[in-house]
Amino acid sequence: MPVDLSQFHQTFFEESFEGLGVMESGLLALIPGNADPESINTLFRVAHSIKGGSSMFGFTAITEFTHVMETLLEKLRSDECTVTQGIVDCLLQAVDFLQNMLSGVKDGSGHDADRGGRLREQLEEILENGNRGRVTASSVPKKTEAADAGHAARGWHIKFRPYRHLLTTGNDPLPMLRELSLLGDLDVSIDVSRLPRYQDLDPEACFLGWDLMLHGAIPRTQVAEIFEWVESDCDLEITPIDGNTSQANAGLSGEVVPIQPEDPAPHASRFSAPATGPAPSAVEAYSVVERRKNPSAGDASSIRVNIEKIDALINIVGELVITQSMLSQIGEDLAASKIDKLRDGLIQLARNTRELQESVLGIRMLPISFSFNRFPRLVRDMSQQLCKKIDLTVSGEQTEIDKTVLEKLSDPLVHLVRNSLDHGIELPEVRKACGKDETGRVHLHAYHQGGTIVIEVADDGAGLNKAKILQAAREQGVIGEHEALAEDRIHELIFQPGFSTADTITDISGRGVGMDVVRRNIKDLGGSIEIESEEGLGSTFTIRLPLTLAILDGQLVRIGRHIYSIPLVSIVESLQVAPKCVSRITGKGEIYKLRADYLPIIRLYEVFNVVPDSERIESGILVVVEDDGQRAGIYIDELLAQQQVVIKSLETNYTRVPGISGATILGDGTVALILDVPGVVELSRNFVPVGFRPDTHEAVVRAA
Amino acid sequence: MNLGQQLNETTQPMPTAAGQYLTFILAGTEYGVDILRVQEIKGWDTATEIPNTPEYIRGIINLRGTIVPIVDLRRRFHMDAVAYGNTAVVVVLKVKRAGGERTMGFVVDAVSDVYNVTVDQIKAAPDFGTSVSTEFVKGLATVGDKMVILLEIDQLVDTGVATAEKALPIKADLKRRGDT
Repeated sequence: MPVDLSQFHQTFFEESFEGLGVMESGLLALIPGNADPESINTLFRVAHSIKGGSSMFGFTAITEFTHVMETLLEKLRSDECTVTQGIVDCLLQAVDFLQNMLSGVKDGSGHDADRGGRLREQLEEILENGNRGRVTASSVPKKTEAADAGHAARGWHIKFRPYRHLLTTGNDPLPMLRELSLLGDLDVSIDVSRLPRYQDLDPEACFLGWDLMLHGAIPRTQVAEIFEWVESDCDLEITPIDGNTSQANAGLSGEVVPIQPEDPAPHASRFSAPATGPAPSAVEAYSVVERRKNPSAGDASSIRVNIEKIDALINIVGELVITQSMLSQIGEDLAASKIDKLRDGLIQLARNTRELQESVLGIRMLPISFSFNRFPRLVRDMSQQLCKKIDLTVSGEQTEIDKTVLEKLSDPLVHLVRNSLDHGIELPEVRKACGKDETGRVHLHAYHQGGTIVIEVADDGAGLNKAKILQAAREQGVIGEHEALAEDRIHELIFQPGFSTADTITDISGRGVGMDVVRRNIKDLGGSIEIESEEGLGSTFTIRLPLTLAILDGQLVRIGRHIYSIPLVSIVESLQVAPKCVSRITGKGEIYKLRADYLPIIRLYEVFNVVPDSERIESGILVVVEDDGQRAGIYIDELLAQQQVVIKSLETNYTRVPGISGATILGDGTVALILDVPGVVELSRNFVPVGFRPDTHEAVVRAA
Repeated sequence: MNLGQQLNETTQPMPTAAGQYLTFILAGTEYGVDILRVQEIKGWDTATEIPNTPEYIRGIINLRGTIVPIVDLRRRFHMDAVAYGNTAVVVVLKVKRAGGERTMGFVVDAVSDVYNVTVDQIKAAPDFGTSVSTEFVKGLATVGDKMVILLEIDQLVDTGVATAEKALPIKADLKRRGDT
């Protein structure tokens, strides 16, 4: 084809994946036996768009596969067939496979042809059975379609009757015929029956028709592709040669097949208009920004943004430009009398800047439904597998969260939900015996709380079995034989690496990897996870995450002439040191008695090897930080402002520095380092009171 | 591109050494770096110190929103540290490392000149046992009656940052031992 279509591939993939998501949720919403015709229509439209798109781009396998799906959906749509659980299951599998195929084509890794074949057989079988006992007329075109969709061993008979206006649309049959002849041996016979008398001839109209015999095992789509730009301007029929022997013979013998010019052939253009491209109707109105240059790159580099957000952004930039011109006008001849105006302008500028920052960050925000949407399917599949009855409810799915956070959140969430399904919810008979409803409930809930997003995974299942956890912990040597633990400490145990109470290891869970990974992932995102569990009543896992990874609420602190920012989330409180509460423990450093607790004191100036204002502990401030349930007091000289800081990476141009998680730029343009609280705590544990000298460290290691 | 042609025609062992060099002064000696690696030259201001890093890492600065580390070349070459005067500048260079290009700043006493250096002007560095270790030296160039030390900038930082990175596993080691 003369047009380079590869530039549209990316759009096709994006839209197809989105469409598949729509299909999946649509299928899950289908009630067997009583399907909503509108949702079947939606399914059909999506399948049709994918088929159309893929045939336009020459992804034959996808086209053929979706074709079968589409045929089945068409049957459902026209009520020739009723929706059964089997059909829904089969279609769901087909959606999965289609996803697989699309990603296969996208990254060039191909797909599992066997699985595709099996699925297609299943679909075709359903088609066959659905037709049985119905009006026989519908089974006839079906057969042809099924045969059409595949390869014809011997070739294709193409009946091509352009409408009179074909030439005015800029199309020319000749290059198409030439293109066809490249695919295989082509016998051409021309149909001149529509030619008018010479005096009536319109030189700009097309009166000719062709009957073409294309020999060879050529996929149908390849043939169809050649006609795809003209199919709305012609009557076209593509039939396998072996499927219609009499016509084939007629064509082969080179005779002109007489054709009624009036023949309307309403069913002729059977593979309907793929040239219209993927239909956007099923998809929310979005515009696409930051189209990636390398289409094979990961998904992370592209983001779809609601058009409203872009409009808001443009508005703000407009405001900013106005403010800027106002300020530069004032600046041109600045007099003392204009100071007030200048001040107003600066206030406006500050407001504009803040708004701009907020809306730019808003671009990265996506509703959490992107992550939640996969769970109905997961719950459905797993409850079948586990023979449990489970209802999933979701609320707050419109809560927005940073795209990066969202992506990294998916795996932990899946793990938590799987855990709830597998360990939490009991089998129906057990539930009945406990006097609970047979159907277990799992609830996903998301909401904003201050600067954080809170996600809850709650179930009304068995809850954590404390006795079992304790026993397992003792057996695995995580805790001592007679060690007694508070309730929340017991719950904490399930986050231990390798810890499992499952009696049997299934392919769903029980290997003991997981909860520790969940917690680590969430901690990496700067968040935390808590458990609330009541034995017999269920458990709730609460995840708290920062809204975005790019910005952090920080407490600026000063030591000597150095300014550091401590993430506010890790700070419990800050206090003036009372010297009588400080005690020294030989070889273990200093301890501070805070109410009923004892905290180790970390003298940050020692750890960082800088010069403080004063080493006398009562003249400074102790910032109590908490990490992983462990508290510590960081000794600093002075607390400065609290500030939202934009996190900059040190690693881009330098390397990771222990105890430092990044850097940020302060209002005066200087750089302040952001403390990595767990890192600092760790540093202080192995505190070596000399400067950075690798040989010294080595010596210490050897000595240890 | 006269220089390019010369490069192609000659079969000297160090063909890439020829080209334009930006030179700067460090304790009275002139050093040159490949001008194509120079991103910009900016006045020396303060840098934010990073704890527990090699002494020659002066700290980090904000270069239009990017965090750029500053290497003190005097300290890197184990020269006497001096208080920088108002001629002191930061030469911001693109440094190639395994894993990509980095932007780093180098504080020097003053910038000097830009020279066209041809291949026959460059001599291999003898092991002259001065304060400059020869591993950072690409060669010596004679320009007029002056001698310029051409620096291998990637080497310079590679060794430097590698040292800093090497420290991490040692610390991790230490920690593990401390825990058990």
